[in-house]
Amino acid sequence: MKVAVTSTGRTMDAQVDPRFGRAACFVVVDTDNMEFEAVENTNVDAGGAGISAAKVVIDTGARAVLTGNCGPNAERTLRAGNITLYTGVTGAVAEAVERFKAGKLTEATGPNVQSHSGMNS
Amino acid sequence: MILAVASGKGGTGKTTVATNLAKVCAAAGRPTQYIDCDVEEPNGHIFLKPQIDGREEVTVEVPQVDAAKCIGCGRCGQICQYSAIVCIGEKVLTFEQLCHSCGGCWLVCPAEAIEREPLRIGEIETGQAGPLGFVSGRLEIGHVRTPSLIRSVRRHIQSDGLAIVDVPPGTSCPVVAAIRGVDFVLLVTEPTPFGLNDLKLAVELVREMGLPFAVAINRDGIGNDQTQAYCKAEGIEIVASIPDDRRIAQAYSTGQMIVDALPEYTERFRDLATRLGAL
Ligand code: SF4
Ligand code: SF4
Repeated sequence: MKVAVTSTGRTMDAQVDPRFGRAACFVVVDTDNMEFEAVENTNVDAGGAGISAAKVVIDTGARAVLTGNCGPNAERTLRAGNITLYTGVTGAVAEAVERFKAGKLTEATGPNVQSHSGMNS
Repeated sequence: MILAVASGKGGTGKTTVATNLAKVCAAAGRPTQYIDCDVEEPNGHIFLKPQIDGREEVTVEVPQVDAAKCIGCGRCGQICQYSAIVCIGEKVLTFEQLCHSCGGCWLVCPAEAIEREPLRIGEIETGQAGPLGFVSGRLEIGHVRTPSLIRSVRRHIQSDGLAIVDVPPGTSCPVVAAIRGVDFVLLVTEPTPFGLNDLKLAVELVREMGLPFAVAINRDGIGNDQTQAYCKAEGIEIVASIPDDRRIAQAYSTGQMIVDALPEYTERFRDLATRLGAL
């Protein structure tokens, strides 16, 4: 199964980017063999960044998203794509995926921040 | 004539100047309207206490997708520049708050699955405050279509009279919508370092837009003379200064007009109107 992690860099050692919509990129990891690819987050500066980021993630075929914060529009889009969302995730991408595999992350029940909150951070 | 009263930031006395100016012009016999375009926080009515006789709902068109007709082609999502419509597999999601009503999605949909739905973004009140015409827009909480509503408010301006437009504070899109094409912009500022900083931004904007403008200093005496020095160096005319008078603050806090509470100021506002060519 593939999981997408919002990341500040293009590797497994990079830190989880706390922003979803305006994440630097997504590291998409296959949990079966820990192979990964880095996917650019397009449209970061435009309005509706969370929605287009969610669309990018859905198109990667990921089934889960690990991130810090996720707003309501992105959450709604991810839900429509049947993607499970985990918020409040920190540390390196590899660690986050290990915690996910070990079942140590709890599923988000909704957005954990307001729209536009990633705008200035 | 359309005269816009603007300020680089809130709380500089913009509404005080706009309402008092409008009142003296109407009282002098000039057909005048006060137009409140500060739609996120309209407060001209607090001072003018108009009799409201008309209310109009302002709507914009947003897409409504008929899932039964949709073939899931994804074209609507591709054309939308605002991520207000997105196609996920077979499902189409709309985010009406982000929609700019550009019409792209319903034009491009090959299945005629997209209907246009009206979305209420606010309302406009019209009325009279004595001889003064009154128009005020109020944005629905949580909506971002401020410029659209401002343009609707401005459609109530009667072309043959004088319109005094109370502009939203700042220098962003709503301000542009409120001042585009006006005859003159009066920038109200306070003579403090912060005030000056915001004034400079406002000056940049009106210059960029090619609009004639001048400055009015409110609460003159509270800060320093940097604002005067700046205006002098930039060749900007200061057409009025309102002293930092405690009685003005008192009148303001009880929702009174300066010209009612302190009639000695009437002459000043009349002078200002004359200098601006409004009387
Ligand atoms: S009308 Fe324009 S802005 Fe609104 S959803 Fe359709 S394409 Fe997007
Ligand atoms: S363009 Fe029309 S048919 Fe295609 S996904 Fe959008 S709503 Fe459905």
